[in-house]
Amino acid sequence: MAKKNYAFYPGCSSQKGASGSNFATSIGVMCDKLEIQLNEIPDWNCCGASIGYGEGGELPRLALNARNLALSAQHLPGQDMVSGCPACWLATRETAERLNEHSDLMAETNVALKEAGLTFKGGVKARHIVEVLIEDVGFAGMKAPVVKPLQGMKIAGYVGCQTNRPFGIAGESFENPLYLDKMIETVGAEAVSSFDQKVTCCGGALAFSEPEKSQKQIRDIVESAYDHGAEMIVTPCQLCQANVEIYQAEINKKHGTKLAMPVVYYSQLMSVAYGGTLKQAGLDGHLIQPNRLQEIAGK
Amino acid sequence: MADNKFAAYICSGCGIGDKLDVGTLEKIAKKEGKIQDVKTHPFLCSAEGVQLINDDIEKEGVTHVCIAACSRRAKTEAFHFPTAVMSRANLREGVLWVIAEGEAHDEVRQEMADDYVRMACAELKKMKLPDGNPNHGGNKRILVVGGGMSGMTSALEAAEAGYEVVIVEKQAQLGGWGAKLWKRVPFKAPYADPQNTGVAELVSLVSSHPRITVYLGSHLAETAGAPGRFNIKIAQESGAVSEEAVGAIVQATGFTSYDIAKLPELGGGKANVTDQAGLEALAQSANGAAIKRADGKEIKSVVFLQCAGQRDETGAHLPYCSGHCCATSIKQAMYFKDNNPDINTVVMYQDLRVPGMGEDFYRSAQNKGVTFTKGRATGVESTGATCTVNFRDLILDEDTSVSADLVVLATGQVPSAGVDLEAWNPVVMAADNGSEDAKQKKAEMQKISILNLNYRQGPDMPQFKYGFADSHFICFPYETRRTGIYAAGPVRRPMDMLQATEDATGAALKAIQAVENASLGRAAHPRSGDLSFPTARLEGCTQCKRCTVECPFGAIDEDERRFPKFNEERCRRCGTCMGACPVRVISFENYSVDTVGAQIKSVDMPDEFSEKPRILILACENDAYPALDMAGLSRTVYSAFVRIIPVRCLGSVNTIWITDALNAGYDGVMMMGCKKGDDYQCHFVKGSELAHYRMSKIGDTLSQLGLEPERVVTHEVAITDNARVAQYINDYVAQINEIGMSPMKGFV
Amino acid sequence: MSNQNQQAVARYQNNFLKEVEDRVEDGDWVKMCMQCGVCAGSCPLGDAWEHTPQKIFMMIRAGKREEVLKSDAMWMCTSCYNCIVRCPRKLPITHIMHGLANYAHRMNLAPQRQPTRVIAKIFWDNLVKTGRVNELKFSLAMYFKDGFSQGIKNAMAMQSAGLGLMKAKRLNPFEIFGGHKCKDSSGIKKMIAKAREIEDRKKGYTPL
Repeated sequence: MAKKNYAFYPGCSSQKGASGSNFATSIGVMCDKLEIQLNEIPDWNCCGASIGYGEGGELPRLALNARNLALSAQHLPGQDMVSGCPACWLATRETAERLNEHSDLMAETNVALKEAGLTFKGGVKARHIVEVLIEDVGFAGMKAPVVKPLQGMKIAGYVGCQTNRPFGIAGESFENPLYLDKMIETVGAEAVSSFDQKVTCCGGALAFSEPEKSQKQIRDIVESAYDHGAEMIVTPCQLCQANVEIYQAEINKKHGTKLAMPVVYYSQLMSVAYGGTLKQAGLDGHLIQPNRLQEIAGK
Repeated sequence: MADNKFAAYICSGCGIGDKLDVGTLEKIAKKEGKIQDVKTHPFLCSAEGVQLINDDIEKEGVTHVCIAACSRRAKTEAFHFPTAVMSRANLREGVLWVIAEGEAHDEVRQEMADDYVRMACAELKKMKLPDGNPNHGGNKRILVVGGGMSGMTSALEAAEAGYEVVIVEKQAQLGGWGAKLWKRVPFKAPYADPQNTGVAELVSLVSSHPRITVYLGSHLAETAGAPGRFNIKIAQESGAVSEEAVGAIVQATGFTSYDIAKLPELGGGKANVTDQAGLEALAQSANGAAIKRADGKEIKSVVFLQCAGQRDETGAHLPYCSGHCCATSIKQAMYFKDNNPDINTVVMYQDLRVPGMGEDFYRSAQNKGVTFTKGRATGVESTGATCTVNFRDLILDEDTSVSADLVVLATGQVPSAGVDLEAWNPVVMAADNGSEDAKQKKAEMQKISILNLNYRQGPDMPQFKYGFADSHFICFPYETRRTGIYAAGPVRRPMDMLQATEDATGAALKAIQAVENASLGRAAHPRSGDLSFPTARLEGCTQCKRCTVECPFGAIDEDERRFPKFNEERCRRCGTCMGACPVRVISFENYSVDTVGAQIKSVDMPDEFSEKPRILILACENDAYPALDMAGLSRTVYSAFVRIIPVRCLGSVNTIWITDALNAGYDGVMMMGCKKGDDYQCHFVKGSELAHYRMSKIGDTLSQLGLEPERVVTHEVAITDNARVAQYINDYVAQINEIGMSPMKGFV
Repeated sequence: MSNQNQQAVARYQNNFLKEVEDRVEDGDWVKMCMQCGVCAGSCPLGDAWEHTPQKIFMMIRAGKREEVLKSDAMWMCTSCYNCIVRCPRKLPITHIMHGLANYAHRMNLAPQRQPTRVIAKIFWDNLVKTGRVNELKFSLAMYFKDGFSQGIKNAMAMQSAGLGLMKAKRLNPFEIFGGHKCKDSSGIKKMIAKAREIEDRKKGYTPL
């Protein structure tokens, strides 16, 4: 079977030594087994993230994302532009749609792009890796390479915000998307379907600026996972992963709680289920160790 | 009819033959039911089975047919024998499908079926074939009262359907409120802009229609008669009186706008404060140019105050929502915005209510820059030059104000429904007793009458909540309690122009139904086509007037000797008069104190020690009986100790039936009727309510008999209550078991 | 009051809604709000808002310019997009909140030390420099946003997390000496400057 080719936009957090680097690592085995070829877009830049609005303004943010779209079109023509980070995907897709709908914005953006020696004419489809998995590979396809089913593991699927809203995965509801639970079950684990904080916001970038408020969100998320019998949280989002994992210690310190809920990416589950090693699955990159997953990977 | 010949047909299909001993049923019909000819057929509703019955009627002279098969509500097309009297024993829905399976229940199941056959035979013996009203009128012309949007629409619809129409309009021209509007709220896609009213076109269509006669500047001086034979007197401004004969009437007398002088706190009466009608007048005189104030000044800002004197909880103003005013204010704000987008228009609302496609219209106004402020006005000041609206901002939770060149109060619709009969009746009674004051007051009240009916129950139709004209608002919106007289448009509930035109069309169709049925001597509705009508044995009448007072439809007048005078065309055949009559002189040919009484008495009553109680259920045939059938369809099991008799309406239940049942040893009587009260579902409006009232008085009878009050119960049942009816039955049987068997058994 | 702000006040006089429609991202949607309050009830930080989006929209219509632009409220947006997907009128509420915050920032009316405002600026400046975000420099800049001594405290408070991340190879101490960046970072800088110039002109921040 020929590999499916995609233009890949890793995003800042997936760079080497960055907060989501273990995600970047873990998709290696996953893509390999699923015959997905990710071709990194040369010299891509930051999407501006959601917090970029404060200083950025509309057109500068459109220009930033248009530059990536233009590079994708120029270097990897005909390929869908895929991102693993929800914020990157959201910003890119929003830009692609806005420029497509508003010719004046397209024209103005191109004036700015010219300064970086580029032009963009539209036509690039911005997708999330999860979309590629569900729509192009399918659940049966995801199941096929499983060699180590994660039997007996109870996992809370934490979808979070930006993979789910405002675009979300086609056919899923905003209030109760089911695909992540299905992915958990695809690799042989049990999805905690009663986990009621599935689409709750972790505080996003406000984890830095409003620590009290976002830590309240995080505490709700983790406690609900405990309450419903989960041993681990899985998420498709880099910021969710970082916030929910990193701040548990802070919360414990402030509130005397004993939260220690591992938080991993779906790609790490798949990597392990597909026979990847602990390192290949990026399981050496956690503050709260996902012991059972590490054990399975080590077997 | 000398030669009555009775025949019973027992169907053994649908499993009846498997679960029941059909031989026993045959024997019972023959011996106890005294039916000459009893036949069993394996598939009675088949063409062959029906042919068997038809042949017996035609060739053997059978006049009375008892069918023991499915419910009377099933296979009505197959079992339709217009020349014979028919009764039905409900073995399928009433026994087979509701009584628990298994041998343990075989005995009680069979007993129940046996009783239903006994009852059907007994009923049949007391029934006669109705002949229809022999004295019916045949006039098919339709009178429309009111020449506004609703009236003109009704008139055109009826005329286009081939009926002659007479319009009586009190103004000097047709058009009503619609003619006073500059534009109307859009009724066609994309629902974005005000549209032309189309009133002028409608007026010209009506005026030139060959089948429509128009009386302008006129009112009804008298309406006499009944459907198919109304005689009306039309008083014209000139003083001339014309007489017309018509068959049915549509009352489309509309509304007046709530008087803003009653709203001084909102600036009513002050300069540059007007109502929606006032703004339409300004818009009409601007004729498409910028709307100017009454003082000729340019308008740069307008505030529309919604719910002005409406949805009022203090009791000072209208308590209801008039439904159209939000959309009307939106439309009026667009008059300004479409002319000049810089004019500041604020619609101040508490709850914006835009039914139908109004949401699109609302959005369109937002797009045009109309400002919508959720706030409650606390006062309006006017200096003559400018107005200030003080209000509570309900979102920002603060007291604030906005100034405007013009303030428009969205006041409500006050129905023009004529005399309120509830106020009328005591005045008439006092006047009849000789009070001069009352006589004067009666004359005053009569002046606002619209129909001037010479009915015993008063000159107009009964009024509904808040003074709107009568309407069976849930099931049959245009039907009023005056048969052959239909209410359409804002006179029956607040509404906009689009709803009024739909209403008018519906009312026209109802009027057509009424004249057509009347001309055949049949009931109009809801028992459309019923040929039976009530007759009274006047020699037994005590002139107690209960029937004339309680008839929900004003069908019964009093003659010169003060005996009840039935106007059959006005009658709905509900039997409320029959239920009311203390001396039981009122009956229908096929539905009478005897037809039901005989069924009650025919039941085989087990003795006190049998542990088999018997409970009589009188179930309204409109909702409760279908619900019971539905229980059967869904195989909901209930006790085999009940015996159910359908009645036309609980209003027709005569207390003698209850007394007879208890005397005969029944252990309990349960009545199932429709919901009563303001949101009634009773097909005959008052029947259920009257029954409840009458049963509330039955306590004396029970204590005289030495019986517990729980022996008679009444339930409200909706047509969808198939699960609940079974529950009621089972709970009641348990309750009766607890109380114990009736001590009356064996005394008869 | 900044010059730009004075110009805006003079230009729009009392019509703040018009100002928002002209100058705020997706501001032309504000008038379409029907005041149902679903946004307010859907916001994860709803309790923390000085004014809910519903109220902000009403305040804009009521012309409360200073109160809106000086509000802390819009800065509470976590960009969760819950309000967007639930709004029955399909208002892009998240974008409008971002747009209002950005406008308040540009008019220099937003609260000076509003933490989200501060980090948003740090973040943007960080990314504009190289084209990519340098998480270490971003974090350090944030810890020190309230001054040097508070910065040490903040950094100490998160020290264990930081060390953990380093150990997990998710925070690279060597980023301080350069780290990831785009090759064409100068092109990106010019591009952003141009985009800003166009937008400022279009929205009337700078005179034509």
